Amino acid sequence: MTKVLMKGNEALGEAAIRAGCVHFFGYPITPQTEVPEYLVKRLPEVGGVFVQAESEIASINMIYGAAGTGVKCLTSSSSPGISLMAEGLSYIAACELPCVLINIMRAGPGLGGILPAQSDYHQATRGHGHGDYQLIVLAPASVQEAVDLMMLAFDLSERYRNPVMVCADGMIGQMMEPVEFPTEGAGEPMAENEWALTGCEGRERRIVNSLYLSPEDLNEHNKKLKAKYDLIAEKETRHEVYGEHEGADILVVAFGTMARIVKSAIDDLQSEGVKVALFRPITLKPWPYKAGRATMDALAPDAPVLTVEMSMGQMIDDVRLCADGSRRHEFLGEAGGVVPSPEEVAAKIKSLL
Amino acid sequence: MEATNVLMAGFGGQGMLLAGKILAHAAMAEGKEVSWLPSYGPEMRGGTANVTVCIADRPIASPLITTPTSLLVMNLPSLEKFAPTVGAGGLIVVNSSLVHRDPKREDCRVIKVDARNVASLAGTERAANFVMLGAYVAASGVVAPETVEGEIAAEFTGPKARHVPANVAAFRAGLDAGRVDAENAAPQEQDA
Repeated sequence: MTKVLMKGNEALGEAAIRAGCVHFFGYPITPQTEVPEYLVKRLPEVGGVFVQAESEIASINMIYGAAGTGVKCLTSSSSPGISLMAEGLSYIAACELPCVLINIMRAGPGLGGILPAQSDYHQATRGHGHGDYQLIVLAPASVQEAVDLMMLAFDLSERYRNPVMVCADGMIGQMMEPVEFPTEGAGEPMAENEWALTGCEGRERRIVNSLYLSPEDLNEHNKKLKAKYDLIAEKETRHEVYGEHEGADILVVAFGTMARIVKSAIDDLQSEGVKVALFRPITLKPWPYKAGRATMDALAPDAPVLTVEMSMGQMIDDVRLCADGSRRHEFLGEAGGVVPSPEEVAAKIKSLL
Repeated sequence: MEATNVLMAGFGGQGMLLAGKILAHAAMAEGKEVSWLPSYGPEMRGGTANVTVCIADRPIASPLITTPTSLLVMNLPSLEKFAPTVGAGGLIVVNSSLVHRDPKREDCRVIKVDARNVASLAGTERAANFVMLGAYVAASGVVAPETVEGEIAAEFTGPKARHVPANVAAFRAGLDAGRVDAENAAPQEQDA
């Protein structure tokens, strides 16, 4: 395999094809438009389907339909567009259909701005549509990891019959870095299964539906979903620890682009003898609580935990849940497309020692 | 090698993003880790556009750079905005066709290149971006000139392949301009 220099958005599109996805439905929005721009050229080459829908609401419902027929499908948007997809996501999760969506986060709230942000964290991990459902949310910190997680997203969505979100910020989408694709050519389609609507001639009818008028049946359905989410939480958390955390005087928690900026700050501080480490969740949902807690427990006794985000503080809720009262919490964050610099992160870390 | 973090800035359409892409490709071809991070804010036509290219031997942590080691500026707004951010001992390449002001950085090497005229003499005024890239490559030695030429040839394919000779010529003219000027560009010796 040779490395190629690619924009994050284009690499995500190519990774979807390598994962076997040949159905895309979406609507343009900065800073993710290079995903559809890439796929509209590339999908016809592999016999795929590309539809530019009339809105994000239409896109997600096209995904609902396509996913119901058991094809690997993808939509991509950015923050305000993801908000419009909320209802559809709830239906898709309720019907246990696999699909992948990309959110290249921009600054909010409202129409906000087009610069990078991480302020859809709550939306991705807690919010979007109504009802007791969860997405699996993967947060890449580099273009290569965006590719790797895109491939994983299709695996997980099929294995658990659940929507998976690849959640990156505008910087990952716009940046070019060298990437290596693990496979050649378009990947395999979804495996034969017991639920896809493929035409019932010669077999029992299958029904995809999220309406349960019997409270007992709906209660059972919710319990079944919960058991699945618990299994995902047990088996599918992913994280990275950077720097020596054993006995460290401070732990920084950050994800995505922000984690890379923290790494630069840590590199500079380590050369000055500061004992600091980074905990980076790769799965934002399920959050790697166990690994996070083990990392925190290995710190020096009074070491604080600093959460750094490109938001006003959202993931810090999970960091607090993870510490469960065992640590002092500090926060550094900027919003609106302003990104804390390595120097600002380093200064904040020093101020807490 | 020390990490190289170069900021390349100009008006939209002056080709700094493309020059940065060629530089990133060349460094990658020489086995380096690279990142190419463009500014993508809302801009009016003729507004500023810039890109940060990081080149290093080890994986690049932050692609976002507040203190670049080198700066290439095509226009005055970019000089005014970014010249103060360059780290001490850094390298600043100025397009003197459009920028008539001095960066006022006695602690940096400053190279002035009349990029438009050099490009015109080499064949096309539109290749001023590759003149700048040539001057920068000559002065910094960050990648081999032959590698860059190979990447210019690889960038323009199909019907665009006809642009390769003029752009390579502009790049070579930029190399010469950079070499000549580099000899007079040591820190502390800058004329005001």
